[in-house]
Amino acid sequence: MIFGKAKILRSHGWQYIPDLYSVTLTEEFRGFPLLTETDDKQDLERAAKICPTKAITTEPLTLDMGRCLFCGECQKCAPRNIKFTNEHRLAATRREDLIVEAGQTAPKFDTSVVRPEIAKYFGKALQLREVSAGGDASIEMELGATGNVNFDFGRYGVGFTASPRHADGLVLTGPISANMAEALDICYNSIAEPKILVVCGSEAVSGGLYADSPAVDRKFLDKYHVDLWLPGAPTHPLCFIEGITKLRAKKK
Amino acid sequence: MKLYYITNNTASAVKIADIPVVDYTELYNDLAERMTNSRYHVAHYFATEHEMGLKFYLIILDDECGEVLISSFIPDYYTRGLASLTALHAQFHPFEREMYELYGIPFNNHPWLKPLRFSHDRRNRESTMDSYPFYQMEGDELHEVNVGPIHAGIIEPGAFRFICSGEQVLHLEIALGYQHRGVEGEIIRDDNKLRQTLIAESIAGDTAVGHATAYAELVEKLGEERIDEELKLERMIALELERIAMHIADTGALATDIGFQLYQVACEALRTVTINTTQAWCGNRFGKSMIRPFGTNHPLTQAKVDTIIKNITDVRRRYNELREDILQDNTLLARFEQCGLVPTEEMQRIGGVGMAARSSNLKRDIRATHPSGYYATELKHEPVLKSHCDVMSRLATRLDEVLQSADYVLNTLKGYKPTEKLRAPQYDAKLQADALSFSLIEGWRGEICHVALTDNEGRITKYKVKDPSVHNWLGLAIAVRSEGISDFPINNKSFNLSYCGHDL
Repeated sequence: MIFGKAKILRSHGWQYIPDLYSVTLTEEFRGFPLLTETDDKQDLERAAKICPTKAITTEPLTLDMGRCLFCGECQKCAPRNIKFTNEHRLAATRREDLIVEAGQTAPKFDTSVVRPEIAKYFGKALQLREVSAGGDASIEMELGATGNVNFDFGRYGVGFTASPRHADGLVLTGPISANMAEALDICYNSIAEPKILVVCGSEAVSGGLYADSPAVDRKFLDKYHVDLWLPGAPTHPLCFIEGITKLRAKKK
Repeated sequence: MKLYYITNNTASAVKIADIPVVDYTELYNDLAERMTNSRYHVAHYFATEHEMGLKFYLIILDDECGEVLISSFIPDYYTRGLASLTALHAQFHPFEREMYELYGIPFNNHPWLKPLRFSHDRRNRESTMDSYPFYQMEGDELHEVNVGPIHAGIIEPGAFRFICSGEQVLHLEIALGYQHRGVEGEIIRDDNKLRQTLIAESIAGDTAVGHATAYAELVEKLGEERIDEELKLERMIALELERIAMHIADTGALATDIGFQLYQVACEALRTVTINTTQAWCGNRFGKSMIRPFGTNHPLTQAKVDTIIKNITDVRRRYNELREDILQDNTLLARFEQCGLVPTEEMQRIGGVGMAARSSNLKRDIRATHPSGYYATELKHEPVLKSHCDVMSRLATRLDEVLQSADYVLNTLKGYKPTEKLRAPQYDAKLQADALSFSLIEGWRGEICHVALTDNEGRITKYKVKDPSVHNWLGLAIAVRSEGISDFPINNKSFNLSYCGHDL
């Protein structure tokens, strides 16, 4: 028996990614989109029309990553206008910064709106309570993966905790189903101040495919201040890690 | 009188006019007898608005000869309720409860028409999550434990209420509906088939490939074009990769719950390799964007085939080392064996499907009984069956299925030369009018069944989704009866059912 375990350990080897911030994902991954204006708009109009979450505007050309599900179909329709790069670092501190404009070369992360107490209180340790309110389980699994043997975000003092009383903030996933709205509110209010609110995944940021569903109730987001917006369907663990790290970094 | 239209899972869509509209009493009498035979189980049963009030559709699967039996009925306007099939065969319970919740149809003698998912379009808006009618027991020595809707881990919400005598669970009731997003309404909001595909992918994000394949096959049955054999092959690879990844995840989750860190971290690493393989193929770790109707945006290339073979060979070897060690580990076996029993007859009674049913020695596997796509033409699938009906059986099924799926992937891709010329998806194909189309896919949890009805212009006007979890949640409730409450987590992980797939 002990030999069996030794064998597993040997095959397992070292799994953790030594530097979480210099990883380049596979070319296939669809992250930050590069947008280019063209004189003719036919391709783009087709792309905007088929986009399931109406994330694209044509006049002027913009793409809202908070709505985008990164399916890549618009790139097929309008390859001259839209090209998804494998840049996974997509976090933003303001909702409107997720709207990408033509010619923009990198995501915007505006540190000026980050509250100074975040670095002060949570710079060394940050425990989060995750609440899924209509999340489709893929995003929950990706958040779970941030603490796994590969990403091991716990090495920087960031983890998930069971009780909101032990938490320093809340991570919201899912479009906020009406049946979950009250529980979400209660959970958020059970977390002691100071606290942060992270909205994770395009479905949570904008409602995604369910933005207009009568079964969804998004009033929660009108009531409370959001510190970090993370797009993606689902958000890649490294996107979450990078966003949280920037949020709690000391300002230079 | 003919009660059923008989078809199978590879035939094209059925004209609604061909489905017999029968007398409910006759259908009821036939089902009363028929469903006692374990070769039959209900795949879907739903009602839809009709000029005469409501029209009901019922889909029964015959596992022995691969037939699909479809029937329909329109109750007389003055009918006061329908005789409940649940009273005879428990497997009908979620379907009758749903119809009661949505339309207020009384099912006479139904044991308990409690709400199913508190959907936004339910008939009785007074009935809310907070007024869920939990089962109650009286007794000085009993206590209740409520868990949820928010759980301790990073998982979806659902409320569990245990009635315990000391540490022993007498009854577990699972109240769901917190995840209800209105999937079935949103999917027909407009005719954008890309949007419909993406909604299918989001029904249960951990089964994105399974549900998207179910949607794609359903739409393709309504279309006229033939589907390339190569596309069928690649979809099979995607489905099996998803199964491998999720079974490994659950092996790790079971290890976590008994504090066995070695297996946990080994599985975390192996699952990462598997889902990163999927990501290297289509750009998404869960296979979202992989499956599209009539074609694909991500045909396999030789380089991708080589990557899959390399990674899955490695995953298979390492997982097998783990598997051999698990089967000899006394401390693990002591926790998992004889825990959470769901005997075969019980599994059949509640209509259990998929991997959980196979762990209770019930042969429910769409890949073998109602194959479609590559499973129907090239791959002769033999289901893994386990007879101990406990948590260990459910783990052992996974242990074997990972190897089996890995072998399917490797054997199929060995010598496979992709033409890389698969057609692009089509989102504007003309669909058959006035038809009923269904699809059956064996996702990693089990039987996924989608059903759609089209109008006289070929637009989808009704879309019904069934995730295997709809059948199997009751299995979990039964498994924990008389177990210690501390064994609930391992039972829960051994089923790993979907909340959003159930709540829609």
